[in-house]
Amino acid sequence: MLQFVRAGPITESLRIPPALGRLAGTEEGSVHVSDGSAPQGEWVEQMLRLARHGDESAFAELFGHFAPRVKAFLMKSGATASLAEECAQDVMATVWHKAALFDPARASVATWIFTIARNRRIDALRKSRRPEPEDLPWGPEPEPDQVDALVLQQETEKLGEALALLPDNQRELIEKAYFGDLSHGEIAKITGLPLGTIKSRIRLALEKLRQTMT
Amino acid sequence: MIRHHLSDALLMAYSAGQLPEAFSLAVATHVSLCDECRARLESFDAVGGVLLEDCAETGMAEDSFAATMARIKSGAPQPRMVPPAPARGIFPAPLRDYVGGDLEAVRWRPVGGGVRQAILPTDRAATARLLYIPGGVAVPDHGHRGTELTLVLQGAFRDEVDRFARGDIEIATEELEHTPVAEAGEPCICLAATDAPLRFNSLVPRMLQPLLRI
Repeated sequence: MLQFVRAGPITESLRIPPALGRLAGTEEGSVHVSDGSAPQGEWVEQMLRLARHGDESAFAELFGHFAPRVKAFLMKSGATASLAEECAQDVMATVWHKAALFDPARASVATWIFTIARNRRIDALRKSRRPEPEDLPWGPEPEPDQVDALVLQQETEKLGEALALLPDNQRELIEKAYFGDLSHGEIAKITGLPLGTIKSRIRLALEKLRQTMT
Repeated sequence: MIRHHLSDALLMAYSAGQLPEAFSLAVATHVSLCDECRARLESFDAVGGVLLEDCAETGMAEDSFAATMARIKSGAPQPRMVPPAPARGIFPAPLRDYVGGDLEAVRWRPVGGGVRQAILPTDRAATARLLYIPGGVAVPDHGHRGTELTLVLQGAFRDEVDRFARGDIEIATEELEHTPVAEAGEPCICLAATDAPLRFNSLVPRMLQPLLRI
């Protein structure tokens, strides 16, 4: 059963921590500064503006960056251009509607949009269902911890760098798994993905959420 | 304390949207109970995020943004959703959706020896069923042509591999011949997903197989 709450308190509780607007900042010595080539952290600010204010210009920026990528992702997965266009618009509309569920301590904006695009692809191309895990009984923390969010965004960038360094055949196999049709047996041959660190961060974020709720 | 987890291959295939529905149901149900696997799953989602970020942009239709905004605004304003409180039964949300309720809503059919089963409606690439095994009772020993996932929801069973209790998932491949026995005490309730018919070692279950769809 869904429960609805008034928009007021939620909007209020989604106040953006100021540091998230400066994700490429250097307040901490250990902070890795992106050279701008993979600015995944930057989109967090737009997502939070969208979640908090329904900010149309923030959404336009997200649309400009992600809609053409979602469309490309769907076409690589076998959609025609017109189906991919249609679905990419759907995906971006879902981004708008579900913005309040985005949690920067658990996912980059690209990761979060990937999950929406993947689900849309399964509906549209495989005409199949993919049951989702039970929602955690709470949304993102009202005041996402700035450091947690920053570190997670950096870990995602580092993951991207590590994936770029994989041998070509390994990288192709991974792309085939996510874009194409690789059976579970073939996927079992993909090993050595450097996921230990990012997993630990997400695990920590989940633990914190559970603690906040008890 | 969950001791038996999902494999990387299953988590990656689920993240990439490549699993048959019955397997997705088993994965989603385990992840609902296991934060460790939820964190691992979300790190595989991060791989998808990196691949989406790296997609070469495909141009959107000229009026695409306007069309998406029209789509967003024409829809009824969506109330902000708060995830429902965790249910009290033994089935996590994804499984409850397929059963139409908790344990009391299952429509069991006897399969002999006090064992009961209920096939769940999924696409035909694989089969999902609930098993009810009275305490102390054995499931006929069997091998597998494909993969069998068995997730314990209540009680516990033992086989040649180990003991499996609530939340534990056993991943059985073609090599494994096993005879799961429910522990004495409360009945053992499991969710089992198979992608090929089981191979029973004795004649009677083998003859019943086509009738039972197992």
